[in-house]
Amino acid sequence: MNDQSPYLHPEYETLSREELGRLQLERLQQTLRQCMNSPFYKKRFDEMGLKPEDIRSLEDVRKLPFTTKQDLRDTYPFGMACIPLRQCVRLHSSSGTTGTPTVILHSQKDLDEWANQVARCLWMVGLRPDDVFQNSSGYGMFTGGLGFQYGAERLGMLTVPAAAGNSLRQIKFIRDFGTTAIHAVPSYVTRLHSVMVEQGVDPRKDTKLRVLAIGAEPHSEEQRRRIEQMMGVKAYNSFGMSEMCGPGVGFECQEQNGLHFWEDYYIVEIVNPETLEPVPDGEIGELVLTTLCREAMPLIRYRTRDLTRVLGRSCPCGRNHIRLDRMRGRSDDMIVLRGVNIFPIQIEKILMQFPELGNNYLITLTSEEENDFMIVEVEVANPTDDFRALQNLEKEVRRRIKDEILLTPIVKLVPKGTLPVSEGKAVRVVDKRTVYK
Amino acid sequence: MTIYQLSIFIENRTGTLVKVLRILKQEGIQIVASTVADTADYGIYRLICSEPKRACEKLREGGISVALSDVFALELDNEPGRASDAIEAFEKAGISISYLYSFLLKGKGVLIFRTDDIEKAREVILENKLRCIVEPDLSKLV
Repeated sequence: MNDQSPYLHPEYETLSREELGRLQLERLQQTLRQCMNSPFYKKRFDEMGLKPEDIRSLEDVRKLPFTTKQDLRDTYPFGMACIPLRQCVRLHSSSGTTGTPTVILHSQKDLDEWANQVARCLWMVGLRPDDVFQNSSGYGMFTGGLGFQYGAERLGMLTVPAAAGNSLRQIKFIRDFGTTAIHAVPSYVTRLHSVMVEQGVDPRKDTKLRVLAIGAEPHSEEQRRRIEQMMGVKAYNSFGMSEMCGPGVGFECQEQNGLHFWEDYYIVEIVNPETLEPVPDGEIGELVLTTLCREAMPLIRYRTRDLTRVLGRSCPCGRNHIRLDRMRGRSDDMIVLRGVNIFPIQIEKILMQFPELGNNYLITLTSEEENDFMIVEVEVANPTDDFRALQNLEKEVRRRIKDEILLTPIVKLVPKGTLPVSEGKAVRVVDKRTVYK
Repeated sequence: MTIYQLSIFIENRTGTLVKVLRILKQEGIQIVASTVADTADYGIYRLICSEPKRACEKLREGGISVALSDVFALELDNEPGRASDAIEAFEKAGISISYLYSFLLKGKGVLIFRTDDIEKAREVILENKLRCIVEPDLSKLV
């Protein structure tokens, strides 16, 4: 691909809506045939008396059943595989935050397509093989690590798997290797910037940085502008989820007006989370995705629980792939804190294991100097005269929560009766992070 | 051999202390001694007062998290070195003291302390002929 082209895959990126629709239908039918190889989907389709041939138009996608995270748990680990395990080369697993973990299997072809999607996103925001890409995101099971690694390599960039943390070393890499692009969660970018300031490094003068990919953590338009200003770069919003591979599903183009979701890879629906009926463009609803190119583990109408809306289906950049607004929250109560997905029930389960603690608790998410953190306030069940026991209790609660969610919360023990109890269902989570201003 | 102390779990927040004191005032309960250590988020407000059982009830009715705990109250002559003698006796017996505080009552020093080893502490008190206040309502001694 010649560096001057704005498109890495012009044959797909610049398709008209009609052409995209035809391609989607063809790939959907292929995907449904593939699904019949999985015990899970075969049973579900048989129960509904549904055959892949019944899907004759894109509108027919609404006849298909939804897939939920619970389905992934129920079929853990390999119940949704559509190819023999010996043809699978990778799996990514969620941390099993609310109980059973979930597993996503990949064939070599799936990994290739995933890398293509990420490479397309990065090319779209102006990155070329001359760029040096530093991936300051967690590796391991977190798909933002290997996902960006393979995508950046596919594009042909010199790729630095710096991983998360150790800001001094990150800054040294940025300067020594001439890093021009970074992928990180937004809160880490602000952290990196404050360390740069401490070290007397001016990102505009002392580095070659020009592009940031930020995602995996809710952030506002204002936060993005602030990041762009302090780093002197363009920052692009990235959407990914491990169920859909990881990063590369949706990405902003240089217009920075919504995320293009790649419709040659996915069918995008926005539905009312209560009625599950489609909502009109512009109206907020739950994002539902159907994979079109996956062979190891295709997912049909997967309910992402992310809330967003359709912004448009055309763009001055020349791509007609659907544009979605940045995520506006969740249709369930999942919290995303520093890129980690947390359900309040995880915290609750731990608190309830302590007989010393009462039933009332409050999770507050807050920001200090651009750092997001979690405060867990919990009532002590019985009054005590033993201060040391309280301190040990606090320490132990903190440790156990950290073991579960991998982030260290601030734990505050409070006397019984001090936390707000609202009518009926108690308010358990308060989000005071700057993003929600 | 022990007396009642109220142990109140309070948050380090404006208004929490006065809420406790207001209830005691309304009930006409007299505070003989009290102590609270500074902590970051919460602390235990410990106090010796008149009618400790009723005080405890009333505080609970007022939504205060309070425990009635047993503490020793040693009566010491008001002269240098008496506290040292007393504590030394406990230390020799290997008794660890969770906390202590003291005040003056009718010209005598009163040393309040708490230990998890109540039985052993009793023995030490008897062996060393230490004077212990047993009147559960110290306000009557004022």
